[in-house]
Amino acid sequence: MKPVVLISDALFFLLIACSLIGLWYASRKEHLRRAWHSVLADRVAMGALAVLLLFLGIALLDSLHFRRALEPAAGSTNSEVHYAVELDSVLDVLLHDVKEHKEKTYSAPFAHTLFERQTVERPDGTRGREFPRLKYGAAHLKNPETDKTADLVQQALRGVAVAGAVWLALAAFISAGVARSQRKPFLAAVSATLRGCTPLAWDGLLWAAGLLLLVLVPLLLMADSYHVFGTDRTGNDVFFYALKAMRTALFIGTLTSLVTLPLGIAFGIAAGYFGGWVDDAIQYVYTVISSIPYVLLIAASVLLMQAFIETHGAWFDTPAARADARLVALCAIIGLISWTSLARLMRAETLKLREADFVTAAHAFGVKPLRIMSRHILPNAFHIVLITLVLDFSGLVLAEAVLAYVGIGVDPNTISYGIMINGARAELARDPMVWWQIAAAFIFMLSLVLAANLFADAVRDAFDPRGRTALRRRRRVVA
Amino acid sequence: MTAYLIRRLLWAIPTLLGVNVLLFALFFIVNTPDDMARVHLGVKRVTPEAVERWKAERGYDKPLFVNDKASGGEKLTDTVFFNKSVRMFALDFGRSDDNRDINYEIATRAGPSLMLAMPAFILGLLAAVSTSLFLVFVRATRLDVLGVVLCVIAMSISGLFYIIGGQYFFAKVLAWVPISGYQSGWDAWRFVILPVAIGVIGSLGGSARWYRSLFLEEINRDYVRTARAKGLSETRVLFVHVLKNGMIPILTGVVVVIPSLFLGSLISESFFGIPGLGSYTIDAIQSQDFAIVRAMVFIGAALYILGLILTDLSYTLVDPRVKLK
Repeated sequence: MKPVVLISDALFFLLIACSLIGLWYASRKEHLRRAWHSVLADRVAMGALAVLLLFLGIALLDSLHFRRALEPAAGSTNSEVHYAVELDSVLDVLLHDVKEHKEKTYSAPFAHTLFERQTVERPDGTRGREFPRLKYGAAHLKNPETDKTADLVQQALRGVAVAGAVWLALAAFISAGVARSQRKPFLAAVSATLRGCTPLAWDGLLWAAGLLLLVLVPLLLMADSYHVFGTDRTGNDVFFYALKAMRTALFIGTLTSLVTLPLGIAFGIAAGYFGGWVDDAIQYVYTVISSIPYVLLIAASVLLMQAFIETHGAWFDTPAARADARLVALCAIIGLISWTSLARLMRAETLKLREADFVTAAHAFGVKPLRIMSRHILPNAFHIVLITLVLDFSGLVLAEAVLAYVGIGVDPNTISYGIMINGARAELARDPMVWWQIAAAFIFMLSLVLAANLFADAVRDAFDPRGRTALRRRRRVVA
Repeated sequence: MTAYLIRRLLWAIPTLLGVNVLLFALFFIVNTPDDMARVHLGVKRVTPEAVERWKAERGYDKPLFVNDKASGGEKLTDTVFFNKSVRMFALDFGRSDDNRDINYEIATRAGPSLMLAMPAFILGLLAAVSTSLFLVFVRATRLDVLGVVLCVIAMSISGLFYIIGGQYFFAKVLAWVPISGYQSGWDAWRFVILPVAIGVIGSLGGSARWYRSLFLEEINRDYVRTARAKGLSETRVLFVHVLKNGMIPILTGVVVVIPSLFLGSLISESFFGIPGLGSYTIDAIQSQDFAIVRAMVFIGAALYILGLILTDLSYTLVDPRVKLK
């Protein structure tokens, strides 16, 4: 086994490290702590946070990559170890059975046969067209026609029981924490937690976690012996693919900010603080960039990036590294295009702050401009950065799907919701239609984007209660 | 006013020049015509001769800025920069990479695009304003909360699902309208009605919620209190006073997209097979036709800048307090 860190993994870990440092910093400043406190006191925001944390966990597990060591070839005396070309992640190992249970082609959710008739050889030697049994789906049942419902109910009940146990443990753990911090007896803390009478809205987190557990645990348990979301054209488990696509969605939504934040903050503050020709030049650059339609500029850049990767194919040793380079490049391109809105907001805020007394005082003390900008202006305008960040996230996740449809999104070999939806077009035209792949993409995307939207609203209300900065969501990419 | 307009139009020139230079840098310096030729010819057919021929057929073989072989003024005009970039200012987009006249294509495709984009825009605005006014009318009730929740859910669904779902349900299952295609003339409505409806519904959640917050802001103003103090009914306050004043930010906010309606909508046009500029662009992106993409980017930028100017003008139209100098 050889650990592999893809570029996107490294950037993602860097981003998480930055956010942890940011949270640690926020916890030491009274005004930031209070703002975050009011976010977490919101029941809906806490529920959304539970969903987001779960998805983040899935993406993290899917970002720890390694290459499996291959068995030495028989008779070889060479002690050198060879590694598989294919990358595995920790998620692949955890869901090993689901990943390896490949059927021949389409099969419906919870089916025991393939979706289409195939020519098969019957035991008596004749040939005929029938629905062949699946290799793995419901393979443990002798008579699936009669036994399947009972088996499904039994497995679902077992899943619900496990989910309930986990939920009780979680509730007990949180109540114990509440009991400790509020110096209450344990039972009083349990009732306070469940009724939402705690300073932080733990009940929102618990109910959302309960719902997630109730849905996901039975599905995960059943995924070993059934294809809970069916299989796709090449027989891969759709549930597994939908979980894997979470990483791509989160990466597009977050890695882009690694480009937008430095550019938007630096140019926005510089334009507002220095004024004069610096302001003119920066305003000119962002007017030019933002006057080009978003999708078209991305399309132009991605076409060029594709041509570039094609001509420099030798740089990437595995197909996964190549697909990953494309993902990172896509994030960079979107970032290079969308820093302009942040820069505009930062410039406006800096223009206001520049006249503030504390900046004049710093100026009078002879503090250097760079220090004034970083110590006095940035911290006071940082709420704008944070709000833009969370508001943009959901738009980016949705944009990924559209870009994939246009053919300028992630690499076609990457697993992403956009690629799944794109593939589903042909499936819906079939008769009878194959609906489960698009259904899975729909459910997972909706839960991610909805949670992100709800959380973003709470963050905006907490950090900018009067709506001073007129922040709003980017217009839909699809018009 | 006229002076302001002229100044704004003059200001558009450097911006467009910037767009043009950016495009030129992207398409000819970052990525050379040799690379484009290789992508177009495919891996198997790439030979130095084929690349040269591909470039010569499309006029990419000339020097970038200065042509030493030509004489007189042609030293500057017989170059890639002049032919492919400067000519765009005269709205001459030349030929696409598969050798068709781009100007002709744009002229024939703008009609279908507008047929789809205009009704979708107007109806979408009407639907969003009426929904948000209704939500404001029933504000702070359960109905309002429900409406906002539905809006948030609606805006969390990707536009692709609206299109795929709508097309499947109304065109395939119910067969009320053809699945895709287009016919010019009055028959076009049969093909356009479903994409228009989907466009309206798909954008309703986000805009209704946004307009609702704008109206709610207005409702706390002093003039509203005065109107209520005069004894006006709540409906009258809402539909006369609040609506008029709330429309100012809404109208000025949407004016910027009006010129861009010409470009059509990328996704619905290609899903519904409408031969407009949106599907033209998508096809060009998918077949990697750099000339068309370049032309569309330039037109898009020009229309957006026009939209910004119109936005400034619309301020003076709907709000007499604003004077342009």
